[in-house]
Amino acid sequence: MARALINVPAKAKKGEIITIKTLISHEMETGYRHDNVGKAIPRNIITQFVCTYNGLEVFRADLFPAIAANPFITFQTVATASGKIEFKWTGDNDFAQTESVNITVE
Amino acid sequence: MADDATRRAFLIGATSLAGGLITVLPVTDARATPETMQAAIKKVIGSAALRKGKVTLHLPPLVENGNSVAMDVAVDSPMTANNHVRAIHVFNEKNPQSNVVSIRLGPPAGQAKIATRVRLADSQRIMAIAEMNDGTFWSDEVDVIVTIAACLEDPV
Repeated sequence: MARALINVPAKAKKGEIITIKTLISHEMETGYRHDNVGKAIPRNIITQFVCTYNGLEVFRADLFPAIAANPFITFQTVATASGKIEFKWTGDNDFAQTESVNITVE
Repeated sequence: MADDATRRAFLIGATSLAGGLITVLPVTDARATPETMQAAIKKVIGSAALRKGKVTLHLPPLVENGNSVAMDVAVDSPMTANNHVRAIHVFNEKNPQSNVVSIRLGPPAGQAKIATRVRLADSQRIMAIAEMNDGTFWSDEVDVIVTIAACLEDPV
């Protein structure tokens, strides 16, 4: 399991635009580098990140090797109702990780 | 005389063939070029017109280390059901691959504003394109100078 950091306000007013920050530890090997004996290092990146809010998809990103190691993604969403915000990263070599946080909307 | 003519014709044919072979030799370059960036953009926008405006792409103008460069994109849009940003695509000119990131979003976002960190292999131009729900495309470009490149260097 890769270490993931997620920053979502615990409480928000209904209709408020909240900022979500996510960071996951991942080397994001580009596939364009070679090791010390000249052998190509195979690509190993996270290819997709999806965020769902109470089951509704609010944000999706397709990542390419041009994304720096330990992908950091910040985006916004409207606080509509209390519930669960879920984050899913998928990538090469069957990489898959899901994290979730709870939010209270008043 | 007839023999001479055929010999000359043969030689001319041979040299032009050799010349032909030389020019056919493939020119391979691991890096994306402005042309491949244009091709990648075409793949996304198709035949639609690309207009400047609405999008604000921000990157530092001078980057010391291309391995991690903070980038943020904001699109001027009310993000309502009738008027919102459908996608944001970012492209580069000189990394090995032209795509940087492709983002899908909609009215639940409230605001079309994203930030991430990217790798830059060289001093180059970065372009962000926003796709609106009415099918129009808007763009912004930024020139970045990179002193230490990313992507291609080997681990030490």
